[in-house]
Amino acid sequence: MERIPILRMGRYLLVTIQVDMQDQTALALQDDLAARIESTAARGVLIDISALEIVDSFIGRMLASISGIAGVLGATTVVVGMQPAVAITLVELGLSLDGVRTALDVERGMKLLTAATMEHDLGDDDQS
Amino acid sequence: MTTNPDAQGAMPLRSEQDIVMSRQMVRKLTQALKFSLVDQTKMITAASELSRNTVVYGGGGEMRWEMLQDGLRQGLRLHFEDQGPGIPDLDLALTDGWTSGSGLGVGLSGSRRLVNEFEIRTAVGEGTCVTITRWK
Amino acid sequence: MNAPQDVLNELINNSKESVLTEWLAESFTGSAAAKSLHQGHAEDARVLLQAFQEGLQARGTAEHFEGAAWGPLRQRLAELSANRAAQGATAGDTSHFVLAMKKPLFAGVQKRFTAEPQTLMEAVWLASTLVDRMAQFTVTTYQRTREDIIRRQQQELLELSTPVVKLWEGVLAVPMIGTLDSSRTQLVMETLLQRIVETGSEIAIIDITGVPTVDTLVAQHLMKTVTAIRLMGAECIISGIRPQIAQTIVHLGIDLQGITTKASLADALFLAMRSAGYTVSRQKS
Repeated sequence: MERIPILRMGRYLLVTIQVDMQDQTALALQDDLAARIESTAARGVLIDISALEIVDSFIGRMLASISGIAGVLGATTVVVGMQPAVAITLVELGLSLDGVRTALDVERGMKLLTAATMEHDLGDDDQS
Repeated sequence: MTTNPDAQGAMPLRSEQDIVMSRQMVRKLTQALKFSLVDQTKMITAASELSRNTVVYGGGGEMRWEMLQDGLRQGLRLHFEDQGPGIPDLDLALTDGWTSGSGLGVGLSGSRRLVNEFEIRTAVGEGTCVTITRWK
Repeated sequence: MNAPQDVLNELINNSKESVLTEWLAESFTGSAAAKSLHQGHAEDARVLLQAFQEGLQARGTAEHFEGAAWGPLRQRLAELSANRAAQGATAGDTSHFVLAMKKPLFAGVQKRFTAEPQTLMEAVWLASTLVDRMAQFTVTTYQRTREDIIRRQQQELLELSTPVVKLWEGVLAVPMIGTLDSSRTQLVMETLLQRIVETGSEIAIIDITGVPTVDTLVAQHLMKTVTAIRLMGAECIISGIRPQIAQTIVHLGIDLQGITTKASLADALFLAMRSAGYTVSRQKS
């Protein structure tokens, strides 16, 4: 079974989904990410779906799950690059993915993540 | 209305890999019919939902397709059939799919909005057949 | 006794060219414009006759014109009708062309079967009812083609009337004018989303100053658009909400679910610029 590779960039993890995933591949990604966030104390996760032409309810819910799980583990998640046709279809399906942060592209996604991470760090300082 | 005899077929839906294959098949078919990108995406996504239902809830089955020609307009019709347990409360599944959280309802009510025609035949103990159609 | 399908089929086989010539002559309406169309019609006639024969050979009947035997013929008739409609011909012109096929068929059968009135009658009846059905079919298809053309023109009009404009770096706007229905909103959504990707704009303003009424359905359409824009990673502001519309929204209990709204496009632009990190200051004159 193929596994989606997870790249590490300092305190951030970067995932690029480029294949038409089987359900179990998506579930494996969820598990792998949770493990990596924990082991690297990552502060942010960026998921690039600009190459995905189909996002159905299973993948949609996976993205929402990852976002939730990462949040509990102390990391912010940003999903970037959703294609217009995919966005239109997801909305029609009834999925709005509330709680999942999004950005137009990787560059903007990283900006969002660094800003969110800084806020987080500032918050930590306040408590110390 | 005629069905082009060269453009129909069937494929099994028994494994997760088959769900992926069904998406690829529907992509091929909608591209051959020159659907717009948004319409292609909607049809493939609907097929993905219904294929998954067939594999996961229906105990496996098949997807059949037909390219349609009605005078000048063209369309694609897909049937998702299984011999599984059937759906006990169809109205509930179709309207309450989301709040009940069951993947089955999600796929059904969602795909209905993605296509032009949606038909479902199901009975407890007698399996399920969902037919969806999209016109160009 | 010969089956009427065979009678007609044999007739066409034996004297195809004269059938075609007589058909064209009969359909020729006599004006100069019609003469130039005449050339194209020769090929149409040949193609139709071929499909007609295929149906006869498959034992098609007039009662079952919708059946598989006449599939190829229906296809050809649909193409003919569509082509003529696109060229500006009327439904009458096209059905006149098809009906003219009767003359050579009747004449041909009559010549051969004067001595067999039963066969003659059946063949003439088949030819007549078949050609009638063919003409009816072209009229129906013609109407549908005209409807398609009108719909396409409406679509183009729609596209022209909902342009997506760039108000500022990273800020797009769509002024909506007229009633917002499902197909209209769909089109706006698709165009706007595409432009967002192309320009990398993070803010889109949909101005509904020119929209007369907003009901639950329209609100739903707008919310779908806003949600789609959010999913892509951009933000959407709805502007141009007139007091009456604001009242309707509250009265109907429509929950705008956190969509940012502004009364005027100017306010929306100001908000957009601020979000994008700009400040506007006036130079001392």
